[in-house]
Amino acid sequence: MHRRDFLRNGFRSTAVAALGLPYMQSPLAAAIGNAGSPKFLFVFLRGGMDAASLLVPTSSSFYYEVRPDIAIDKPNSDMASALTLTTDWGLHPVFRDSLYPLFRKGELAFVPFSGSANLSRSHFETQDSIELGQLNSGSISYGSGFLNRLSAQLQDGKAVFPMAFTDQLPIVFQGSLRVPNTSLRDLTTPSVDARQSAIITAMYKGNALEGSVQSGFAVREQIMRKMSEEMESANRGAITAKGFELEARRIARLMRDQYSVGFVDIGGWDTHVTQGGATGYLASRFEELGQGLVAFSQEMGTDWNNTVVVVMSEFGRTLLQNGNRGTEHGHGSVMCVLGGAVHGGQVVGEQRQISASTLFQNRDYPVMNEYRSVLGGIFKRLWGMSDSQLKIVFPGYAGAQDLGLV
Amino acid sequence: MQRAHFWVRISTTVLLAVALAGLQACASLTPVEKSTALPASTQSQYVWLNRVTWGANTTAVRQLERVGQTHWLQHQLLPHDAVLPEPARATVQSMTISQMGLTDLVLKMEQRRKDADAVKGDAENKAAQQAYQNELTRLSIEAATRHLLRALYSSSQVQEQMSWFWLNYFNVHFDKHNLRAMLGDYEDSVLRPLALGRFRDLLGAVTYHPAMLRYLDNELNASGHINENFARELMELHTLGVDGGYTQNDVQELAKVLTGVGVNLNVDNPSVHKDLTRFYVRRGLFEFNPHRHEWGPKTLLGRTITGEGLHEVEAALDILTSHPATARFVSRKLATFWLSDVPPQSLIDRMAVTWKATDGRIASVLESLFTSAEFMNAPPSKFKDPMRYVLSSVRLAYDSKVVPNVGPVLDWINRLGEPLYGRQTPDGYPLVASAWDSSGQMNTRFEIAKTIGSDSAGLFKTDGQPMSVEAAFPQLASALYFQAIQSTLSPATLTALEQANSPQEWNTFLLAAPESMRR
Repeated sequence: MHRRDFLRNGFRSTAVAALGLPYMQSPLAAAIGNAGSPKFLFVFLRGGMDAASLLVPTSSSFYYEVRPDIAIDKPNSDMASALTLTTDWGLHPVFRDSLYPLFRKGELAFVPFSGSANLSRSHFETQDSIELGQLNSGSISYGSGFLNRLSAQLQDGKAVFPMAFTDQLPIVFQGSLRVPNTSLRDLTTPSVDARQSAIITAMYKGNALEGSVQSGFAVREQIMRKMSEEMESANRGAITAKGFELEARRIARLMRDQYSVGFVDIGGWDTHVTQGGATGYLASRFEELGQGLVAFSQEMGTDWNNTVVVVMSEFGRTLLQNGNRGTEHGHGSVMCVLGGAVHGGQVVGEQRQISASTLFQNRDYPVMNEYRSVLGGIFKRLWGMSDSQLKIVFPGYAGAQDLGLV
Repeated sequence: MQRAHFWVRISTTVLLAVALAGLQACASLTPVEKSTALPASTQSQYVWLNRVTWGANTTAVRQLERVGQTHWLQHQLLPHDAVLPEPARATVQSMTISQMGLTDLVLKMEQRRKDADAVKGDAENKAAQQAYQNELTRLSIEAATRHLLRALYSSSQVQEQMSWFWLNYFNVHFDKHNLRAMLGDYEDSVLRPLALGRFRDLLGAVTYHPAMLRYLDNELNASGHINENFARELMELHTLGVDGGYTQNDVQELAKVLTGVGVNLNVDNPSVHKDLTRFYVRRGLFEFNPHRHEWGPKTLLGRTITGEGLHEVEAALDILTSHPATARFVSRKLATFWLSDVPPQSLIDRMAVTWKATDGRIASVLESLFTSAEFMNAPPSKFKDPMRYVLSSVRLAYDSKVVPNVGPVLDWINRLGEPLYGRQTPDGYPLVASAWDSSGQMNTRFEIAKTIGSDSAGLFKTDGQPMSVEAAFPQLASALYFQAIQSTLSPATLTALEQANSPQEWNTFLLAAPESMRR
């Protein structure tokens, strides 16, 4: 498969690491100069997204055998067949006008057989474990997520602005650094008006909570301003975005202007029953995801060139379809890595042919590219982080796996 | 002009009422609680009550005044049935979880699940599954509603808080299997009645409850299929604490001890070999199945486990609860919940001494905390978690006027990120400020402050009933405010209150004030 790519990229990264290049000479930072600082968005698909439907193993006859009702056809003239990525892999056809052009432009790469080594197959336990990023680290600190530790490491002497685009501060962003949070999903006009906000803020002057209160109102104010931009474009006849596309556009506007490490989650991937194939439930979830990611890339403008987005889920699903034309909780999954400066157009990382004998526990994709190692490799390139910094972000992990994606 | 006018109006009205009431009380020697006057000690009582109840209000001040602090505390440290005023009592009485025991309820739901599974046709099957899920959810909402009504209106405030504390300490998550049907019993048969008793009794009841055995997978723990989940958390989160001195080997040994301890959702018992029948135990849904147990000698923390079968579990729980690390671990959790994010070590040490002297009697350990100088003299600096912020606001706003619909209260707690039974990880919600004082949290708190302060917020709206005529916005500018709360406020907060354009806005500012975020 792509062992050569992997080896080549792996070798290159080792060379870079060995030179110990400082921050401003990290590949991306050098490429973009002072035009914009690196930005990172982590998109977490909660519920166990079916990786084999997104990145279709089109060269595996076994896949077609065990999914008689829900497999995506090999690329052919039918619009409902998979879109060709490589000789081994295809993309779900619903991404034809969204992710597929990004892949062709070389701004999107896939890392199959990736994920967490957690074997519980429990949504919650695996999600938490991924967010904490501390598997194999001995004692786990439940209050410290890896994006918080990442932001704390990056803040050392640099201006880094993390933000969780969620209602509550997710585990991934909990920890010693104070990280603001606000969901952009359903924005309602706040009932506390500007005058009342000012009066409330004044009550907190000199209080330990002053920072939280001020930044809370400031973020809210910022969002309301972005909302009015949205309304203006709607008035000019633009099609109003919905769902994740709308949310992703809003996130892009905030990240473009200010925030450099972001998190958002999307639910609804737990497809035990009637998940569908080229069309159906899962296809419509993919459509929304693809449109959102493209909208994000467009809305970022020139900052897209210094942005990396990673999309992943807590686990993949069984390769075999179940008795309800759905799939069960599995193990290995796929990571999507996007960005203007991403070395995309490839499917990278350790891989193996998919057959009955290569499945993990006779049912799932194995995890051959541990998510922390993959992320570590990206962080290293994106910010020029050192191995010792990354060990704080991902205690107990096997070390950065540089796939040369950035 | 309008602002000043409003200010004068509420001040004079209330002050006049207070003055008249005071005169009345003096002249007629009528019991204080019948007048609107509050005792001179109201302010210190208000501060104390904010620490020892879910939130101070006029009713609590009067109760405390009537019996005195010593007697009040003694009463609070004894377990009581939750006595609720109407219509809260009737609401709880009419619940399915009040009328059916755990075994009957769960077996009924199991039958319903099997019936739903057997329904033919995609659409019909889906509808039947959905109806089953909806019924499970309804049962968990009943449990949450009962929990909130007790927290708001029961006079056993320490016990109600400890019920929440233990629910969080022995956390389970509603979304696993059919746990939603078990939550009511988990609270009502285990956590609340044993909340102030011996820790060993509480731990034993938790260990054998189907909700915990399912949540931490011990029902899957069997000889040859060891699942360490419960064994690990039993030591890390329930007794010794992560630094309590146990090893991975202890986890494995305790997991072996716990093999065969599980749940049986069938009416019938399994067939057991005649040599093992004397070891088989069935208590409702709880089951110890000797065929699933790993036999043989075991040691825990360097001590030999005595007995055989389920007796091994009892021996292990004895070892764990009598370990000094457990006394310190639980004492620290208690002090963190009640007093401070960083409670003084000397206080924890004294609580642990009480623990040892009373064989882990929770009420005694709490008494040593409540009567400590650290507790008595602490400034109101403990940041309220969402549960407490919402409950204290509603208790202050409506006092003993029972809200017939706690749906909005549940919604506010959910919006602030601390839903009952909603913590997914076994560690429970964090008890410290850093988990709850994010910018998004503060924004949402201000929105909720305005919702509570501005109108009745749906609290008096019940299904099919027209809005009660009582439904209006609450009156926070009460005698309690002028006698107790006002003097605790900073100049900045008082300035903000003076800027209020309406009583509703004044309420909002008071509930949004920094002083309302802490206790």
